[in-house]
Amino acid sequence: MSVTRRDIDAIAKLARLDPTREEAQALAAQLDRILGYVAQLEELDVTDVPPTKHVIDLTNVDRDDALEPSLDRDLVLGQAPEAEDGDGRFVVPRVINSS
Amino acid sequence: MTAAKSSKTVRNRGCAETAAAVRDGSLTAVECANAALEEIVERDGELGAFLEVFSDDVLEDARQIDLESHENRAALPLAGVPIALKDNICVAGHRTTAGSKILEPWTAPYSATVVDRLRAAGAIVVGKTNLDEFAMGSSTENSALGRTVNPHDLERVPGGSSGGSAAAVAANLVPGALGSDTGGSIRQPAAFCGLVGFKPTYGRVSRYGLIAFASSLDQIGPLTRNVDDAALLLEVISGFDRRDPTTVDGRHESWFPTNPANPQSLTLGVPANWFADGLAPAVQGALEELLGRLEAIGITLRPVDLPHERYSIATYYVVATAEASSNLARYDGVRYGLRVRHNDDPGDTEDPTLDHSDIDAMFAATRTAGFGPEVKRRILLGTYVLSAGFNDAHYGRAQRVRTLIRRDFAAAFELVDAIIGPTTPSTAFKLGEKRDDPLSMYLSDVFTVTANLAGLPAISVPCGSDEAGLPIGAQILAPPFAERTVLEVAKLIEESSDSGA
Repeated sequence: MSVTRRDIDAIAKLARLDPTREEAQALAAQLDRILGYVAQLEELDVTDVPPTKHVIDLTNVDRDDALEPSLDRDLVLGQAPEAEDGDGRFVVPRVINSS
Repeated sequence: MTAAKSSKTVRNRGCAETAAAVRDGSLTAVECANAALEEIVERDGELGAFLEVFSDDVLEDARQIDLESHENRAALPLAGVPIALKDNICVAGHRTTAGSKILEPWTAPYSATVVDRLRAAGAIVVGKTNLDEFAMGSSTENSALGRTVNPHDLERVPGGSSGGSAAAVAANLVPGALGSDTGGSIRQPAAFCGLVGFKPTYGRVSRYGLIAFASSLDQIGPLTRNVDDAALLLEVISGFDRRDPTTVDGRHESWFPTNPANPQSLTLGVPANWFADGLAPAVQGALEELLGRLEAIGITLRPVDLPHERYSIATYYVVATAEASSNLARYDGVRYGLRVRHNDDPGDTEDPTLDHSDIDAMFAATRTAGFGPEVKRRILLGTYVLSAGFNDAHYGRAQRVRTLIRRDFAAAFELVDAIIGPTTPSTAFKLGEKRDDPLSMYLSDVFTVTANLAGLPAISVPCGSDEAGLPIGAQILAPPFAERTVLEVAKLIEESSDSGA
């Protein structure tokens, strides 16, 4: 197994990251080394072993379907990089590309 | 202020001792707060433990404690005790950066449950401490916001990721601090700085208001200068919280003050593979001396086998990065934190079709500028192990190996009350020593990640020092929710070390 710069570009796109060519090259080598180390897990036969979803036994937690105070809208919008306070909206760049 | 109450005296007191003095009136909360603030101003310049000090709030909060009636103050377990918080724990109205540029502009609109509980107990939150970005690291060198050094040797790392909290307590700036532990981030810096650091059972402490890294592993816990203080802080912060559905109900217990375990009725397991190659001679020597001392006072030691323990780092770095890649998807420049509209990096101009005005370009430009190299590396690794075609081979397999690791511990705890070994393979390493070698940095967590993978309570307690005077930590692990066992064994070690030294 060998991680290439192309692999890095593909997963970077999924992760919404944009490494430079040099960074992608370095990351490919680092991930290759780490995944090489991780590959030792393949020595184990885990066919009949269930995966650990939770380390302690948890039961589903329900709460009453009742209104509770939540964070103040203006306080929350005030933290946004861009917002229209009056309308209570976050502002983002164009989502649908017209071209 | 009388000479006896000078900051030099106040600063040496632990949490329990400080609270007792404030309760009986021999010390005021304002005196404690002032002592902490003076120490921070005087000494944190060279240590770099704090990212923010709440100078104004601290004195006001302390005054409130002093204004309480004697009766009310007598009911506060942490009356007037200055506490520092790792800067991934939210305090309403203050920045919570997680050591990252992406959260630098953000002010927390609410406080973590642990903060509410500390304050209700009378503690004074003095400020926020440095950490590896998003708690990802073992040296605090991955912080985007500053450097922290080890108070025992300013050329060395304090450990990480709770390095700021460890340095603040070890240098006596504050008597106690909270950190978070995903793979050893409380215990490893505690060992490197000569402190007690306790990662509780998964589910014991609410993570509401903790910036998430790996949700199946993260726990908040105390860093203190003695075992009793760790017991006291944990007692205050633990318990069910409806805002964190992973907290366990009906399990709130009292651990303070902690009595030492009865050596005659105690069996400790010693995993042979923890004493194999790779352990620094000084660490090996200190642990062997400790085991000899414990045996001499009547504790039964027996070897235990943890056959899958050697797969723990590989398992951990699949599980933790997978969860991190998911948790950190929320930092997108839309609702809070940093937003970068354009990637101005000249290295990126090679693709002329890229439209920098759309939302995808904003996401990528924001995340690329906002995250540091280690965080990006882990997000990419996590994305890789979860990606189509690899999910089963990597993440699925790691989750199954995690079951095998848990079974090893369950089998061992049939035979012994607790397991003892080193916290770290070496003492504190030099600044920069492992920075460029991620795998070597990851391997420094080799003894600590298993407790997170299995959800077990685990403590690091000082047990000597190497030839250069750098602290060494012993680690104790017990079955889920056996915090009492962990603390009692730690107390026994603390007492045996005191008399042995």
